[in-house]
Amino acid sequence: MSVTEADVRRIAKLARLRLSDDEVSRYGGQLSKILEAMAELGALDTSGVPATSSVTGAVNEPRADEPRPFPDRERLLDNAPEREGPYFKVRKVLE
Amino acid sequence: MTKYEMVVGLEVHCQLATRTKLFCGCGTDGYGETPNSRICPVCTAQPGSLPVLNAKAVELAFRAALALECRLNPVSVFARKNYFYPDLPKAYQISQYDKPFSEHGRLRLSEGGKTVGITRIHLEEDAGKLLHDLGALKIDGSLVDLNRAGVPLIEIVSEPDIRTGDEAHAYLAALKEVLQYVGASRCDMEKGEMRCDANVSVRPEGAQRFGTRAEIKNLNSFKNVKDAIDHEFHRQVAVVESGGRVVQETRLWDAAKGETRSMRSKEDAHDYRYFPDPDLPPLVADESLVARLKAEMPELPAARRARLTAQLGLTAYDAEVLTGDRALADFFETAAAAAPKGAAKTVANLLSTEMLARLNAESLPPSQAPIAPEHLGRLAGLVVAGTLSSKGAKDVFARMWQTRKDPVELVSELGLAQVSDDGALREWVRQAVASNPKAAADLKGGKDAAIGSLVGAVMKLSGGKANPAAVRGLIKEAVQS
Ligand SMILES: [Zn+2]
Repeated sequence: MSVTEADVRRIAKLARLRLSDDEVSRYGGQLSKILEAMAELGALDTSGVPATSSVTGAVNEPRADEPRPFPDRERLLDNAPEREGPYFKVRKVLE
Repeated sequence: MTKYEMVVGLEVHCQLATRTKLFCGCGTDGYGETPNSRICPVCTAQPGSLPVLNAKAVELAFRAALALECRLNPVSVFARKNYFYPDLPKAYQISQYDKPFSEHGRLRLSEGGKTVGITRIHLEEDAGKLLHDLGALKIDGSLVDLNRAGVPLIEIVSEPDIRTGDEAHAYLAALKEVLQYVGASRCDMEKGEMRCDANVSVRPEGAQRFGTRAEIKNLNSFKNVKDAIDHEFHRQVAVVESGGRVVQETRLWDAAKGETRSMRSKEDAHDYRYFPDPDLPPLVADESLVARLKAEMPELPAARRARLTAQLGLTAYDAEVLTGDRALADFFETAAAAAPKGAAKTVANLLSTEMLARLNAESLPPSQAPIAPEHLGRLAGLVVAGTLSSKGAKDVFARMWQTRKDPVELVSELGLAQVSDDGALREWVRQAVASNPKAAADLKGGKDAAIGSLVGAVMKLSGGKANPAAVRGLIKEAVQS
């Protein structure tokens, strides 16, 4: 399976990555190889195996609905690139 | 001229009534509180943090699904919906995609009304809130408050079964009533606990195929939903009539201008690249939990209305008023059970006039009424038995509200018991006839209306305590003799 240049640019755009032309061709090659490796798995007969979205075998491990306030929200705010008082601050978003 | 019909499906987000967020222990009570006062490493997406599912959110979501007659899927899967927006710190929203926890339900709009199909209900987390300025103060950036981020929501997607703005309104009202009844959501629209998007298309009446639909966002009241849908219908009909084509797009309702307008469509905005969230195991609908929830399911409003009209003889209107709120309906039924047979209508009257007026005036929920339902039932009993006039019942009710006392006690305390004692009544009637000879003569001469002033005279003499029905009989007797 071959990943086209257009595929790479589209994926990069969705991931908010700015790639040079060099990178586009390099990553295109790498992505193609990854997909080829995955395609080998496709050769296996899985007709008797149910589809799964999880490999750990774990199911619901819920917690009780009891508030556990985090004690150090200041650190969370300080951890952001920018803050404004009690807010996180980001570049201006319109709409 | 071609006649058109609108085809509408609604997507409604409701906040589940939990104390904590969907995947962390932060409180859900952050509305109107200090920004970012309900945040932790999980809901701010700090590296290394992991989500842990809130059991109560699952329970409430299941309750909602059962009340909407949905099938619960034995296994459902949380998926990541990927997009970049600053109100979403992980750059993905945890939602459910191809394996939602429930599907194939329905909701009846009102007694005998139409049924709207429910396509699916899924669980997901809410995003945070963005501010672009602080009041008048302009900011050189945007501000993010994550108190809402991670709050548990269910998204309820209807089938495209709705045909008018009024039906959309009725659907939302019925949905809100049911969700509140089973305690799944408070549905407080002002706090953003219930939000609605509408998919609207038009087609010539009788056509089978659906037209191209537009999704309308930003509908934050039932009235907005109805107005926006009606407006969008006319807009699309105008487009089609003028030979144009409706474009599939997202439109924003501008309530101030009363119109929808196109949102600048962002390229790739809808390529969410959903995939199963590896941080969360599949959600299995535990059989014992489901059995318990089914057993605990209360009688839903529509069924309750039908029973109250059939069993207790309430009018459809009374039943509607009383069942709109589950606590009020519970109060009514406890009161009616304490009242003698046949007094249910009187209980309903006292409730919907005296009690509701006071609850509204004092902004109290029915559960906090300073009156025991049994006492209200006994008050109705006193009216039906003729011990209290309806005016007397109002007075006693007012005292009950202030003192929380038993009405039987209050009647004797206040000396309000209606006098039905023959001797006393006859004496008042004799005096009334004697001092109103003209009225007495008119009545005797066949002018029935003349009895009013005689009854009035007796009531005055008795200080309002004479039983009016008994008095009328005695007056007729007196003038004939
Ligand atoms: Zn949190």
